[in-house]
Amino acid sequence: MLSNYEVYQLLTDLKEQRKDSGKNKHSAGQQNLNTIMYETLKYLSKTPCSRQNPETVKNFLTTMVPHKLTKAEKLQLLNHRPETAVEIQLMVEESEERLSEEQIEELIQKVTDVLPGDPEQEGATPSNETEMEEGIDQ
Amino acid sequence: MFVAVEMVDTVRISPWNFQRQFNEAIAEELNKKLANKVRGFNLLLCVGLCICLYDITKLEDSYIFPGDGASHTKVHFRYVVFHPFLDEILVGKIKYCSQEGVHVSLGFFDDIVIPPESLQQPAKFDEAEQVWVWEYETDEGAHDLYMDQGEDIRFRVTDEVFLDTSPTGPSAAATDTSAAPGAEGGQKKEPPYTLLGTISEPGLGLLSWWNS
Repeated sequence: MLSNYEVYQLLTDLKEQRKDSGKNKHSAGQQNLNTIMYETLKYLSKTPCSRQNPETVKNFLTTMVPHKLTKAEKLQLLNHRPETAVEIQLMVEESEERLSEEQIEELIQKVTDVLPGDPEQEGATPSNETEMEEGIDQ
Repeated sequence: MFVAVEMVDTVRISPWNFQRQFNEAIAEELNKKLANKVRGFNLLLCVGLCICLYDITKLEDSYIFPGDGASHTKVHFRYVVFHPFLDEILVGKIKYCSQEGVHVSLGFFDDIVIPPESLQQPAKFDEAEQVWVWEYETDEGAHDLYMDQGEDIRFRVTDEVFLDTSPTGPSAAATDTSAAPGAEGGQKKEPPYTLLGTISEPGLGLLSWWNS
């Protein structure tokens, strides 16, 4: 499985490469690739992955370790950056049995702290910041 | 929603491309063949919508056959494919509503339907405005929530349908998808890859319904 971030990165790099090489991007055969790249980048650029980098992804996976989530669950949290309990419950299977209310809050806090949010949406800085786990910056 | 799928294919490079960097020529041929196309049955498994080349893992020897000046190389590679897993949560935009349900698009992939039974209930179809409406009940009475075109919608993937769109004979026109992502509503034939979804859970449906 690939995260949205990995695909976003790949397409952005490919776009740069093709810009540099110049010729025959517009030939009939390349039209499909152009279309799919343009549309996919357009979609992904409006999601949290466009603000992620290898550091944030690595930090995120580290902070997720104690929660024992499946790969698919972590992937969805990474791709969507949920900010509410309702969203967490959609992405984590049987969350009522596996996570207490405090744990859900903890997850939301970690997700919104580690993964960059939309600067347009976020006005003031958060009033209470959770302490980040030590040792994330290696 | 994306996977890197391992594939093997023989790539043909025409002689007029021999001066190019070999890997570049291979990459271009693969993208020409696969990008923006749905690969379903030719690889004996249902793959999804192909996006772009991920990497080349192995290049076998290249051969030139008698009568054809081009080179043929067996290439092992991985391709980025759009193929959401069952129960995955996705966000898209409402394209339009019909009796069949709410049609959602991701821009690069268009063929997503939320059927009427998977909408937040009770729901009714407003014929005049051609829009589905959630008749949300509160203590003060029913509140009509319209599922308008262009609205952002969060849904869960419940099923996928792959259809064989290969040509059936001389009477059928070429069925390879056009440059448009997936298959456009204008084409009369069924799209090769369709996703079915549901929004009948707390947190699903229009984002505006759940954002305070």
